[in-house]
Amino acid sequence: MATTSTVASSVGSGHAEPAHPAHLQHHFVTSEQQFDAAKMGMWLFLVTEILLFSGMFVAYTVYRVWHPEVFQAASKLLDWRLGGFNTLVLLASSLTVAMAIHFAQKDNRKMLITNLVITVLLAGVFMVVKYFEYTSKFEHGIFPGAHYASHELEMAYAPQFFSIYFIMTGIHGVHVLVGMFLMSWLVIRSMRGHFSSAWYTPVELTGLYWHIVDIIWIFLFPLMYLI
Amino acid sequence: MEPKGTLWLPPAESTLAPEIDSLFYFVYWISVIIFALVVIAMLIFVVKYRRRKADEMPPHVEENKLLELSWIVVPTILCLIVFTWGFQSFLRLGTAPPDSYEITVRAKKWLWEFEYPNGTRATNELRVPVGRNVRLVMSSEDVLHSFFVPAFRVKHDVMPNRYTAVWFNATSEGEQHIFCTEYCGTQHSGMLAKVIVLPQEEFTEWVESGGGKTDDLPLPEYGAMLYQQQACFTCHSIDGTQVIAPTFKGLYGSQRAFVDGGTATADDNYIRESILNPTAHVVQGFNPIMPASYSSLDERQVSALIEFIELQQ
Amino acid sequence: MSHTASSAHSAEATATHQGSENYLNHIKTVWSWMSTIDHKRIGVMYMITLSIMFFIGGILALLVRLELMTQGQTIMGPDAYNQVFSMHGIVMVFLFLVPSIPAIFGNFVLPMHLGAIDVAFPRLNLASYYVYLGGGVLVLLGLFAGSVDSGWTFYAPYSTTTNSSVLFLTMAVFVAGFSSIFTGINFVVTIHKMRAPGLTWNRLSLFSWSIYATSIVQVLATPVIGITMILLFAERFLQIGIFDPLLGGDPVLYQHFFWFYSHPAVYIMILPAFGVISELIAPFSRRAISGYKFVALSSVAIAFLGFLVWGHHMFVSGQSAVSSIVFSLITYLIGIPTGVKVCNWVATMYKGSIWLKTPMLYALSFLFLFTIGGLTGIMLGVLAIDVHLHDTYFVVSHFHYVMMGGTVIAALGGLHYWWPKITGKMYSEGVARVAALLIFFGFNLTFFPQLILGSQGMPRRYYDYVPEFANLHLASTIGSWVLALGLFTVLGCLIHSLMRGKRAPANPWGAATLEWTNATSPPVPHNFSAQPIVTHGPYDFEVLRDSFGGDGAGQGAPEPHIRN
Ligand code: HEA
Ligand code: HEA
Ligand code: HEC
Ligand code: CUA
Ligand SMILES: [Cu+2]
Repeated sequence: MATTSTVASSVGSGHAEPAHPAHLQHHFVTSEQQFDAAKMGMWLFLVTEILLFSGMFVAYTVYRVWHPEVFQAASKLLDWRLGGFNTLVLLASSLTVAMAIHFAQKDNRKMLITNLVITVLLAGVFMVVKYFEYTSKFEHGIFPGAHYASHELEMAYAPQFFSIYFIMTGIHGVHVLVGMFLMSWLVIRSMRGHFSSAWYTPVELTGLYWHIVDIIWIFLFPLMYLI
Repeated sequence: MEPKGTLWLPPAESTLAPEIDSLFYFVYWISVIIFALVVIAMLIFVVKYRRRKADEMPPHVEENKLLELSWIVVPTILCLIVFTWGFQSFLRLGTAPPDSYEITVRAKKWLWEFEYPNGTRATNELRVPVGRNVRLVMSSEDVLHSFFVPAFRVKHDVMPNRYTAVWFNATSEGEQHIFCTEYCGTQHSGMLAKVIVLPQEEFTEWVESGGGKTDDLPLPEYGAMLYQQQACFTCHSIDGTQVIAPTFKGLYGSQRAFVDGGTATADDNYIRESILNPTAHVVQGFNPIMPASYSSLDERQVSALIEFIELQQ
Repeated sequence: MSHTASSAHSAEATATHQGSENYLNHIKTVWSWMSTIDHKRIGVMYMITLSIMFFIGGILALLVRLELMTQGQTIMGPDAYNQVFSMHGIVMVFLFLVPSIPAIFGNFVLPMHLGAIDVAFPRLNLASYYVYLGGGVLVLLGLFAGSVDSGWTFYAPYSTTTNSSVLFLTMAVFVAGFSSIFTGINFVVTIHKMRAPGLTWNRLSLFSWSIYATSIVQVLATPVIGITMILLFAERFLQIGIFDPLLGGDPVLYQHFFWFYSHPAVYIMILPAFGVISELIAPFSRRAISGYKFVALSSVAIAFLGFLVWGHHMFVSGQSAVSSIVFSLITYLIGIPTGVKVCNWVATMYKGSIWLKTPMLYALSFLFLFTIGGLTGIMLGVLAIDVHLHDTYFVVSHFHYVMMGGTVIAALGGLHYWWPKITGKMYSEGVARVAALLIFFGFNLTFFPQLILGSQGMPRRYYDYVPEFANLHLASTIGSWVLALGLFTVLGCLIHSLMRGKRAPANPWGAATLEWTNATSPPVPHNFSAQPIVTHGPYDFEVLRDSFGGDGAGQGAPEPHIRN
């Protein structure tokens, strides 16, 4: 997953060449071309992210179609209140990230940093809640697959539900962690004054990434917790 | 009167085989023609238009829309013809006639077990009556396998979590290969069996008698038969080669060393135990992969195998 | 700009000659290579790495053939055999053929075809290389941890129960997949955003079109193999019970997941080869590719249809009859855009001026071999026939005809074609032609008998076989030696060229794409000494007429003709 940051960094940090703006890499002609390229690259990357999760959604759908009653019963074991709370947290963080971009355009460094920090904190809250959810599941013997040992729900194929649950939310969680890492790095760079209204590509791209992470959760939440 | 195979296909021995063969040859000849057109055109051009002067400039050729269209339309038509034919035969291959005689097939690493409606069982030898629709209901005990009889043109994967089926109607007596065509590990290529097509009466007699009369066979001969039938040969050789299991050659009476450090002499009792409960002593240098299912061999069969092994010196 | 350095045998002599600084010699430290973001150097690094992979995969193939030379045990036991063919398949597919042409020639040539200084994300490009290398290292670890024996398809439940080095290999495939995704993204963006002034979509070289189509498939399909490998990994590691029937999972679901990627992946492997063939046939026939638009768009059509046929690998696996029928129909449809290409290539030669240099020999053998491969593919797509042919040597032969006879032959053609540009050296034409012929005959001797073996019923992944098949197997093994001899000759010829080769002119073949017309051999670090402005199509040889001077072998070829 660390490679994700390469996307941002390779398009982000330019190296100085005389007679060019500092951020413009030598093989681009204009800043605009560079920005368009970076944005397109990021969109393509996000497409692959969506496809990665689509694979999981397919597995979910297949097993749900085969065993609908088990999946309904199993999803009752998940706490929709915690899930719902996390949904709100992520939605709020999407808002703050959008604000961060807005303030970057406005050259308002202070607000840019503030909003980024809030986003990181919200993401942290999300992860903490997730941590408690996972541990409480483990305490009840709810492990993925063959290690499943819960007495609350002893149905065939309940382990499959939780396998899918743990893998999907697990991969999503990894994405949240990567996002937190990226945004902390943006905070440092903003403090050093790297971004301005002339160039804030990394902020914009990380924002895009964060929205996708958010949207994936918006799909995960009802599928896992509600229906 | 043996039906002959062709260059491309083995002899056709089931009622559906000729139909599939004509489809095969139809597609084959179309392919040959298309291929010949491409290659001949290419060769003619190479010879006729080869570069003679370094700076020659070929004339401009108008692109021919009709030609462009023709190599879109003609293949499309061909494809549709072949498709229609192909899926009809496929459906026939997939649906057994309702009056079919059913045999249960169990696949496991690395042998085939056949069970007839009256409970008669056989390993690696599938006896079927000639001229009768036979349906095999198949399942696996471990990984995926696949049941393939080239002469009948039938094949289907055998799976551990569901039943699959193939059917055929053998047209002449004789023996055909059965291959396992889904990769299943070490002895995938040794997971061979035979279809033995018998006249109806002979077949009925064989099934009724519970798998052929063996009562009057002398033990060593019966043992040799079981060595084949029970597929011991896939792992144990009798010529001294050792691949995945100890050879039977010189086994009887020799001193055995086990992974757990123990030793024993290979006498009747030891061999009996080795067959009925293979994991009791695992011989040094080998993995405990011998199937446990041999515990269902009856007393006479075990004795016969012991006699047989004793003879391999 | 000079190529007057008449006896420029050593790189040094060239380097000291004023004005001949190029991308190879402008800075020479090892570190400058390892940290380079120059697309040309990255291309060269891939070229070396992938040649090693091909070599490893090829040696494993020779071992496979040697074992099958005679019945019973020839050189190894069944377990060893299973590991050898599995590693052969995995190395060849994931570590060699999927990256091959895009990583080598896509990197080296694509930006130059576009008139660009570099790809859009040079650093990401370098990162892809190292990620790929990471995948390679994992495969090696897997080898040490007790090699895998699951075949390249990792079918569950066998793969979830056999020895544990499957873990390394699934991770390796996952990691190599990332490299593939990054390269794909990079190229799509490069083609969209980095074209030189005047380079409209209609003036794009067909190689660029094919790389474009390939990259899109890479971006859309590779994530699925990623998630499949994660699930397989989790199945082994945590027994999640998605694929393993003992735990309630479904092995057919695994096959759907696997082929959903791996069928599009075969087009990832062949589309770039189509592009290379277009680049070869045009200059060596000195005609624009006939039906340019059809050829360009058929790549896109193939890429699209390629996503809808994965089920043709599963006709006898227990998927529903209805899906089999739909998959079968779409499978034939793919033959049509492919046929459009083949026919147009042949039509390009009509009334052309055909120059039988080594690259053209490879292009012709491609047409021959790939057509066999493709038509056998169509036969496999016919439902009732596939029931008989599935998992026999007919399939093995089919995919070697398309992968080795198609992609590898095209890659060899491209290698000879671009070699002067990449290294600045010519190779010995005579030796190279002999090698091409050896490869052609060796290949057919190896794989044609396998077609017959397969339709006679010889199953694949078999360590041993029944006596009927012995003669054809022996022929096939002998063929593999001829083939190997040919490939080793290529290797020798090219190494000789590196050390002793004549200095290559800028445009030895009289080609019309930018890397030949606007750059020196080898190119300067930033590709072109001035930003090219494109005023004509990639195959407008009329425009270049005045540059065909000399003996046509390029000796009298012109100075790079830089239009402004
Ligand atoms: C480079 C890789 C590559 C390519 C390009 C192809 C191309 C095609 N493949 Fe192949 N295939 C593989 C690699 C490839 N394949 C591999 C690796 C496997 C085995 C995997 C495994 O199990 O391990 C496989 C297996 C495979 C199967 C499964 C067999 C089985 O296991 O039972 C099938 C079945 O439909 C198939 C079909 C096709 C078809 C229809 C094409 C088409 O795209 C071909 C199109 C080309 C032509 C048709 C020729 C040119 C056209 C003309 C000259 C015009 C006239 C044409 C007509 C009238 C139709 N392939
Ligand atoms: C890229 C794909 C690719 C290529 C090129 C090859 C190349 C070859 N393959 Fe293989 N093969 C596969 C992909 C490929 N294969 C796959 C996917 C499988 C299925 C595995 C499975 O079932 O899981 C398979 C399986 C397979 C089998 C079936 C095994 C079985 O089912 O039991 C056989 C048997 O003959 C075989 C043989 C060969 C041979 C003789 C070559 C020869 O063409 C090899 C020739 C190469 C050399 C001799 C090396 C020499 C190289 C050099 C000297 C370097 C030169 C460098 C430069 C020129 C730069 N291959
Ligand atoms: C799948 C492979 C396989 C098959 C089939 C198989 N065996 Fe074995 N057998 C083994 C292996 C491996 C060993 C050695 C490890 C062990 O002792 O468990 C072994 C051990 C033995 C031994 C003890 C040998 C010694 O060296 O001490 C005997 C006796 C034996 N098998 C008899 C049979 C007979 C009889 C059959 C058929 C009815 C049979 N086996 C079928 C794999 C097989
Ligand atoms: Cu059983 Cu292969
Ligand atoms: Cu396919």
